[in-house]
Amino acid sequence: MNIHEYQAKAIFNDSGVKVVKGIHCTSVDEALNAYDELNSDVVAVKSQIHAGGRGKGVLYDPKTNDLIMEGGVKIAFSKEEVGLYASSIIGKKLVTKQTGKEGKIVNNLYIESGCNISHEYYLALLIDREAKSVLIMGSTEGGVDIEEVAEKTPEAIHKIWADPLKGLESEDVVMFADSLGLKGKSKDELVEMVNALYAMFLERDCSMIEINPLVKSESGEIIALDGKVSFDDNADFRHPWRNNLRDLTEEEEVEIRANNYGLSYVKLDGNIGCLVNGAGLAMASMDVIKLYGSEPANFLDIGGGATRESITAAFEIILEDENVEGILVNIFGGIIQCDMVANSVIEASKEIGLDVPLVVRFSGTNHIEGTEILNKSDLNVYTATTLAEGAEKIVNLTRRGN
Amino acid sequence: MSIWVDENSKILIQGITGKQGTFHGTRMIEYNTNVVGGVTPGKGGQKLNFSGREITVYDSMQEAIARTGADVSVIYVPARFASAAIVEAANAFQENGGGLIVCITEGIPILDMVTAVANVKKCPDVRLIGPNCPGIITPRENGGCKVGIMPGFIHAKGRIGIVSKSGTLTYEAVAQTMSVGEGQSTCVGIGGDPVNGTGFIDCLQAFENDNQTEAIVLIGEIGGTAEEEAAEWASKNMSKPIVGFVAGSTAPPGKRMGHAGAIISGGKGTAEEKFAAFEKAGIYVARDPSEIGNVLIKALEDTGRK
Repeated sequence: MNIHEYQAKAIFNDSGVKVVKGIHCTSVDEALNAYDELNSDVVAVKSQIHAGGRGKGVLYDPKTNDLIMEGGVKIAFSKEEVGLYASSIIGKKLVTKQTGKEGKIVNNLYIESGCNISHEYYLALLIDREAKSVLIMGSTEGGVDIEEVAEKTPEAIHKIWADPLKGLESEDVVMFADSLGLKGKSKDELVEMVNALYAMFLERDCSMIEINPLVKSESGEIIALDGKVSFDDNADFRHPWRNNLRDLTEEEEVEIRANNYGLSYVKLDGNIGCLVNGAGLAMASMDVIKLYGSEPANFLDIGGGATRESITAAFEIILEDENVEGILVNIFGGIIQCDMVANSVIEASKEIGLDVPLVVRFSGTNHIEGTEILNKSDLNVYTATTLAEGAEKIVNLTRRGN
Repeated sequence: MSIWVDENSKILIQGITGKQGTFHGTRMIEYNTNVVGGVTPGKGGQKLNFSGREITVYDSMQEAIARTGADVSVIYVPARFASAAIVEAANAFQENGGGLIVCITEGIPILDMVTAVANVKKCPDVRLIGPNCPGIITPRENGGCKVGIMPGFIHAKGRIGIVSKSGTLTYEAVAQTMSVGEGQSTCVGIGGDPVNGTGFIDCLQAFENDNQTEAIVLIGEIGGTAEEEAAEWASKNMSKPIVGFVAGSTAPPGKRMGHAGAIISGGKGTAEEKFAAFEKAGIYVARDPSEIGNVLIKALEDTGRK
């Protein structure tokens, strides 16, 4: 789960991570009041969406697609400018390199006091899969794309790892601050911030915290000027407060609906719908469809606990996608029994009036019974014994009209 | 031989009185797996009947191991308690001559696994497989040793070792070996979580040292760099041929594909990179999982094993 910058900064503030004062707004009026309340000559007017690259993003009118403004983060020097920028952002569509061309409608703004920057850094905490511990990563090259820095000047990136049982070693954190070239008060503040962020990472079950830029102010203060925080969904059960931070408009509605049925669904751009048990097999099914010359319309794992109800929901979700011209069902029965899936497929297709070609491949538990049930039914369904045969069949069937 | 489990392994089931523990415990016994007991805190002393066999429930791993001499534990405990079950098992095995822990549970918080894996590392005689995996199976003539949730009947004893991040895709690989007349020495599901115990390299090394295994099928998926590291390691250390497949060539970047670890992030962890690493390391690549059988035959023929 991801949250907005303004929410991340509230958590930073609670966790002892220094930020500048800011106010969350959802309208132009609120933005104007925020300017008065902040009482700062200069303020930043920041679009709040979950995708990155906001500063270099472009705002469009969501209806006409006319260009409204370049830059989703603006520095305002007067109340008039705050009004101008806020009205050019709220309700508009922001396209960044991370949103795709469809962009995101901006419903939230963050008005933040100005800050005299002397240098911009990068700081992140994340899980290092290979080291199996929390990695703290910093760079003297802040405010830019970190992947670019990693590629062009890898020596500018510094890393330390926390010991999962002992925690962060204080000499490591001091060395980390040294490697970023910080001295005196700034060095002390960075050490304090890294320790505070690590504590927050553990306490809140984060999967990532990224601050880009982290800044040194002209008076030497170390301040988190941006904040991107992701939480580990597996730990939701011990963090009920997360519900209040969730912005459903940032999530795919259909993916949430699928989740409620125990399905794992991701929409893609192709024309062949897939219904598969198991994440690895679901990906492999997509890959094989592509090998036979078509594109998968979705990833869909029905999971080990699938029922007739969830399989019907899966068909409905696949068919909501107008691009779907055919469906491949690929089940390797383990816990799931193919005959149960066969009966569910028949009932689901009757219930929703399936009108695209359907190929079913069964293997594993009760696959003979399952295939027999389908072949004996009056359902217009093709059966296959291998994944390759199934993929080839559905690709050919959907090509007939072309 | 086979690796890590066989007909002599003595197996405990942690979470045996739960729905998963009961269901899969029964299937394990039906496959002739030597289940010697179970653990559910607070339910010690209960006697369960699994498919005609009486199974005793113990309150703790320490007690269960002391009473049964078990050397393997399989965990069907719910996600929020699973990492504690891993650590309990690790400490108990370490004090009693060592053992293997197989954690089936899906959805364990990642920081819980970071801590659990670090605790297991402190126990040099303990190995952890999983979590979020189908388990490990060594097929024999009549059933065998099935420690997990895979369907036993699709397997047969043979000379192919299988290691995979996936569940059902592992079964697909098993079916592929069967389709070309080959059986399996041991199949290991290492799981699809970003932080887990045993990795690809541990499995490859064990298969290399196992005299029953003559070739290996390795099934990876997008996310992380475990496949690349395994390929690099294999090119220097493996004499037996490996057939490799990676799921997720068509997965879009930045989207989690079911498994917590299956995500291309920052342009890293793509199937293409992994296939390229396989090819560079001399691994026999199957681009289509339905071709794993045929590629395996070629690998066996090329190396004079068929």
